[in-house]
Amino acid sequence: MGEAGKVMIEAVEDRGEDYSGDFLAEVEARVEEGEWVTMCTQCGVCSGSCPLGPDWEHPPHRIFQLIRANRRDEVLGSPSVWMCTSCHACVVRCPRGVPVAHVMHGLAHYAVRRGLAPADPPTRRLAERFWENVVRTGRVNEPRLALSLLFANGLAEGVRRTLRSRDAGLGLLKAGRMSRLAAVAGDGVKDPAELRAILEKARAIELAKAAALED
Amino acid sequence: MAKRQYSFLPGCSSRPGASASHYLTSVETVCGELDIELQTIPDWNCCGASLGHVGGGELPRIALSARNLALSEQAHPGQDLVTACPGCWLATREASERLRQDEDLMRDTQEALAAGGLRVRAEQRVRRLVDVLVEDVGYEEIGRHVRRPLQGLKVAGYVGCQSSRPVGVAGDSTENPTHLDRLVEALGGEPVPSYEKKVQCCGGALALSEPARSEGLLRGILEAARDHEVDLVVTPCPLCQLHLEVYQQRLARSGGTRPAMPVVCATSLMAVAFGRSAREAGLDGQLIPAPALEALPPGLA
Repeated sequence: MGEAGKVMIEAVEDRGEDYSGDFLAEVEARVEEGEWVTMCTQCGVCSGSCPLGPDWEHPPHRIFQLIRANRRDEVLGSPSVWMCTSCHACVVRCPRGVPVAHVMHGLAHYAVRRGLAPADPPTRRLAERFWENVVRTGRVNEPRLALSLLFANGLAEGVRRTLRSRDAGLGLLKAGRMSRLAAVAGDGVKDPAELRAILEKARAIELAKAAALED
Repeated sequence: MAKRQYSFLPGCSSRPGASASHYLTSVETVCGELDIELQTIPDWNCCGASLGHVGGGELPRIALSARNLALSEQAHPGQDLVTACPGCWLATREASERLRQDEDLMRDTQEALAAGGLRVRAEQRVRRLVDVLVEDVGYEEIGRHVRRPLQGLKVAGYVGCQSSRPVGVAGDSTENPTHLDRLVEALGGEPVPSYEKKVQCCGGALALSEPARSEGLLRGILEAARDHEVDLVVTPCPLCQLHLEVYQQRLARSGGTRPAMPVVCATSLMAVAFGRSAREAGLDGQLIPAPALEALPPGLA
């Protein structure tokens, strides 16, 4: 996979092109696992296996088709890729060995980075709060994550949503599965700044590579 | 020294006071019983789970797991890395595989890790706890520890996603795995090998973000179990366990009349069959109690 991506990147760089008008080449070069797209034969097994298949605006095999049909905004702006539950049913069943879920994840991240992802999929919000939560202390703080989601749309709705989910919260509290203290304190890695340094370095390397493709 | 030792990634939800703390209690009980020593990876971090790709992209997400791999091999050289949570397993295993297969990714990851003074080899095996229980310990040895057989209990084995895909436990089928049924059998219970929803997704992280859409999945898992008239559902995944419990609590609140179906972790079931107390089995952490387990006759001495 690394090899195919590399060849593609170098060939394009040599001609100084920027992929405009060639969404397939863009996906192959810039989206994680994007080089798999042309392996899809449109059999539809992924879409038929997806637990939320009927909830996708464009189910996975259609996404592959739309990429090849150069429908950039339709793919990156669609709420579809935000419906992946990471269950891997598509991955184990694809007769061509395409890591379908991973391509969907790659597209989701790429759409966010390009500023083209729709703002409203709840899973996008959850994922963004999740990552902030991880980066903060190195470990997920569940109560903090839950509260950040409940209050994502402001105080009034937050209070309403908190009341609605209070049974689950109280149940977990009573069962010792949600610590009152964790919402404020919570333990993380010893030196979160050091973990962040690793993540920031990783991000910088990734962005430098992406920038090299833009030239 | 314990018979078997592993480098252990407990995962965020297994911490004290987190949603799977009861699960970790049962894991510790079962491992103690089977002479398995889980050596926690010092200063471990989150695996990135199934949502890490959105904020973390490729390299930062893989760097997260690479840090755990590096800390594990540093503190526990030569040991397999074992995770309590199937979700941690998937993220860690994928990162480890990618690092071994992709030289560019390995080089970039080393450069990122160097910012924290670490280097990674990613050569250790990455396994789920259930892989260890089934492959290394085995049904026979597990059966020898049973002091309170699950006599007369019918149990639906709900395997879920990340304990069956992309690779089944001990090479088990991804479509119709049987390891959980065989485990129930080893504990003296009656499994349901034809349970239709054993590998159906519970919604995963989307149970939180898309609750209405996940409800259909959760309902199917429970209804299929009811169709088989089971006493309870067992699962190796703490996230599935949580979702199935919380969903039923929500149902009860909105006027549902059906009695709730108890859903317990596989290690809780093992601890009960090993004759350990409800507290040691983590059953005091159930949102929905499992009366059938509590009603079992006391164990043999």
